[in-house]
Amino acid sequence: MFGLQNPTKFLKFAKLVGPWFALATVLLIGSGLWIGLFASPADYQQGETVRIMYVHVPSAWMGMFAYTVMAVASAIALVWKHPVADHVAKGSAPLGAGFTLICLVTGALWGKPMWGAWWVWDARLTSMLILFFLYLGYMALSGAFDNAERGAKASAILAVVGWVNVPIIKFSVDWWNTLHQPASVTKAGMPSIDPAMLIPLLLMGVGFTTFYATLLLWRVRSEILQTRIRNIRLAQIHGEG
Amino acid sequence: MNRYWELLKRELRLALRQGSDSMMVVGFFVLAVILFPFGIGPEPSILARVAPGLVWVNALLAAMLSLDRLYQADYEDGSLELLILTPAPLELLVAAKVTAHWLTTGLPLMAAAPLLAIFLNLNAYDLGVLLLTLAVGTPALSLIGSVGAALVLGARRGGVLISLLVLPLFIPVLIFAVGCVDAAQHAFPWTGQLAILGAILLGAVPLGLYASAAALRQAAE
Repeated sequence: MFGLQNPTKFLKFAKLVGPWFALATVLLIGSGLWIGLFASPADYQQGETVRIMYVHVPSAWMGMFAYTVMAVASAIALVWKHPVADHVAKGSAPLGAGFTLICLVTGALWGKPMWGAWWVWDARLTSMLILFFLYLGYMALSGAFDNAERGAKASAILAVVGWVNVPIIKFSVDWWNTLHQPASVTKAGMPSIDPAMLIPLLLMGVGFTTFYATLLLWRVRSEILQTRIRNIRLAQIHGEG
Repeated sequence: MNRYWELLKRELRLALRQGSDSMMVVGFFVLAVILFPFGIGPEPSILARVAPGLVWVNALLAAMLSLDRLYQADYEDGSLELLILTPAPLELLVAAKVTAHWLTTGLPLMAAAPLLAIFLNLNAYDLGVLLLTLAVGTPALSLIGSVGAALVLGARRGGVLISLLVLPLFIPVLIFAVGCVDAAQHAFPWTGQLAILGAILLGAVPLGLYASAAALRQAAE
């Protein structure tokens, strides 16, 4: 994998690529927000509230994407024992939980005027809520051990098991009860959404992705540096003793 | 296969000698269900309407409460390490442990269900369907729960942690089990939900065994 499993090479890579991701984030989210909030039409049924979509939908995408990144990185860490993969999984979890929380909160704000309730027990809402709890469980487990390495391994197994379960949870909840509209961007054929709304939505989607990438690179960098500091301190203590 | 039976016999002997543990799980189950008529009122039709959900949610909680002793005792006294060192595959040990867990919790829960059916005004046909869902669903709970129990070995406050890990993964079992009994109550066909419950169980067998074994290996390192 381009030698990125080597922490030193990864640090170099992060230093090189990080600022570009940050710049792309500012441009994409900035333009997406401007078009979404000011330069796009209001919905003929939902009025101005439809603008919540430009934050709600991308954060839902990222909530699921971050979990996939976490699970794949965990699988890589379990199989090949790459130290950077552990850091990626660990760094991805709070970001994904944050996006999922943003999705739930904006969804509640959108649901109140549209459905007349902050919360309904609908399939998609419920599966996002469960996803949020899976993130919480993962983070709680990775922090529950005195030995950080054990926490990383145990939570990696949990992430992989959860990954298998997420589609099952999704389908079971879909069959259980549904009110939320079906997917309108990722379905086969043309998206059933007007280009005037699709463009800011896609800008925000890509912008959220680069935002996530920027933060993830930062988190992994600081994790690697922390590990090094810990190792240096341990070496000093043993050297004195 | 011989080793499986030996391990299972060991587990069951330990469970029987310690005795009260599995009775306490059933006691919790019955008591927790009995609380609900006090909470939501004794109206028989309402109770019959919510009975499948009540029984299942409490069965889930009872099964979860008994999980922390699944590997904990063996981990603390060191016998887990010896069991890992035996030439038999670790998945076999997990299978024996899970079977023993189901025999000492899932099966007693099923035995207590008819009593609760009387309390909750559930008729005999619906009780039959409820027992079928328990028979298919509770082994899946034991399998999924075993992963959680193995992961928290050596963690701080493992007992609380286990609920956070395991309950979200229990949700599909709950949905299809309750959906099955609900369909039976409303005279709809219910075999479809039962079949999906069976599919979840079949999927949980390899997932639970391999993931638990992997978790035990890293716990014993």
